[in-house]
Amino acid sequence: MAELDEDRSPGHLRLLAERIGRNVNLLSGVTLLLGVLFVFLTVFPEVFQRVFVASAPEQAATDVGPIAVDEGIVNGIHVETGFIVDDNWEVVRGTCTACHSAKLVTQNRADREGWTKMIRWMQKTQKLWDLGDSEALILDYLAKNYAPQKKGRRARLTNIEWYDLTP
Amino acid sequence: MEKTRTLFDLQRLYATDPIEADRLVFGRESDPVTRRGFLRNAGLSAMAVVLGGSVVFAKDMPAGLIPALLLEGGDEDLLAKLGKDKGLIVLNDKPFNIETPAHLLDDDVTPETRMFLRNNGLIPTAVDVNTWTLTIDGEAVERKVSFSLKDLKTKFSHHTYRLVLECGGNGRAEFDPPAEGNQWTVGAVQCAEWTGVRLRDLLEKAGVKKNAVYIGYYGTDTHLSGDQDKVVISRGVPMGKALEDETLIAFAMNGKDIPLAHGFPLRLVAGGWPASVSGKWLKRIAVRDKVHDGPKMTGDSYKVPIEPVEPGTEVPEEKLRIIESMPVKSLITYPKSGASLVPGQKLNVRGHAWAGDLAVKEMHVSIDFGTTWSKASLLPPHNRLAWQRWSAELTFPKNGYYEVWARATDSEGHSQPMVVPGWNAKGYLNNACHRIAVRVK
Repeated sequence: MAELDEDRSPGHLRLLAERIGRNVNLLSGVTLLLGVLFVFLTVFPEVFQRVFVASAPEQAATDVGPIAVDEGIVNGIHVETGFIVDDNWEVVRGTCTACHSAKLVTQNRADREGWTKMIRWMQKTQKLWDLGDSEALILDYLAKNYAPQKKGRRARLTNIEWYDLTP
Repeated sequence: MEKTRTLFDLQRLYATDPIEADRLVFGRESDPVTRRGFLRNAGLSAMAVVLGGSVVFAKDMPAGLIPALLLEGGDEDLLAKLGKDKGLIVLNDKPFNIETPAHLLDDDVTPETRMFLRNNGLIPTAVDVNTWTLTIDGEAVERKVSFSLKDLKTKFSHHTYRLVLECGGNGRAEFDPPAEGNQWTVGAVQCAEWTGVRLRDLLEKAGVKKNAVYIGYYGTDTHLSGDQDKVVISRGVPMGKALEDETLIAFAMNGKDIPLAHGFPLRLVAGGWPASVSGKWLKRIAVRDKVHDGPKMTGDSYKVPIEPVEPGTEVPEEKLRIIESMPVKSLITYPKSGASLVPGQKLNVRGHAWAGDLAVKEMHVSIDFGTTWSKASLLPPHNRLAWQRWSAELTFPKNGYYEVWARATDSEGHSQPMVVPGWNAKGYLNNACHRIAVRVK
């Protein structure tokens, strides 16, 4: 089994960026661009029928977030990701969604120890990098907003949508 | 080729330094004051190439913005893109993990549209059927052999079986303390009709040595980290399961090519075991002289405590065992939970029952929380390892709130528990009875 073998520090990331950058700026830029295009054409061909700029022109000029897309927040929930908006939520968003969906976070519940274990598991097996000072912030946010709820041995049925069953 | 450098790197770059990312990826420079637009049009044409069209409002486009086109849409969009019924539930969109509500699993043969999806990594983007090969190798074969898709389809006899594939973590959402991972409720199960060649027939060509213990699969999905060399998941089965009649190298599902998200062009299919052993986008089978040790075979993945533990107990790896056959289970697929009846109205309930490597022997239903059980009618499986149709007619003695509970019993006498069974940290093997709400008023 492949072990954690590659430095994922920001420095490494910069090297990666520069590598990609060199590719783009020198000879294989077109390859990369066509590659991205190819990937999207393959996976989501119908996407190309849409115009992309929908959310772009209205964005604030000076305060563009880490991944500046739709910043809609409704009832304390960031609509696009589903994250609860609380201290450090953007650190969590920026870190966790680099690799996986926000849904993988928001559907889980754990105490601080449990969340720490998940981070360690991702570091050990999934190439998650050292989170540095962000780790404590991330754990604060997760342990507070996504803490376990008691379910017991069998929960009652909830959210029943009643409908008339025609005889 | 950088072809497979995908959105992951793009997102990582933008997350780290959006302005620099603009420059690196597109050669873009924006107005340093307004942080909008494209200075000297730098990067504009590159972005237009990626987007397949000109950038409207380019002068207003904020710096550091990944074009929305390159990001994901909502759940409905995703289900539509994947050809899934809009009633399915997206648990996770990267990687794709989508479950089916029980009432949409009523078909005897699960159609693609209503089939749960569980991916560990990113779906391969480039599949060339003309050059695709399946290789059999490993320490425990006499000779390494490779087959083209054409070889598989023309040189071996074809077999078709309906096979239950259920995620080992189906029912995870009910564990307390909570178990980490995708919070499947009941619908990470399906029974499709798979066509292919027997793995056994291919293994014969390679010559299985006496020391063979396990087979392990390798596919072509991409790890979420974007690392092209990192294997996403590589699980397998012991030789006994590998050599069964029903263990297939499938090239068709429900009479057609396997859908890309479900493993096109080739998939190992071993019914009755955690669906994670049925490797997608199959390129290679290694015949091992030990228990296969690929990613998600080791640690606590797809393992449960050998001895039952108090909920919340940390269990060391050496006290865990690999899940093999899945336990007996059933679903009520009709009616949908929440049926409101008029007094005296009879209710015909039905569903499916399955039992891993075993068959289901009996099926019971209860409308009084297990105080009394009545026997349901139960059909034999279409073939071994297919689920079995059950049905029952129910009457309700008076107005009020009821729950219909369903309980299957396997051929060795094991029944489904009414409460969530043995706790385990990763939330596997919850085969507690399924139930629906019914009222009479």
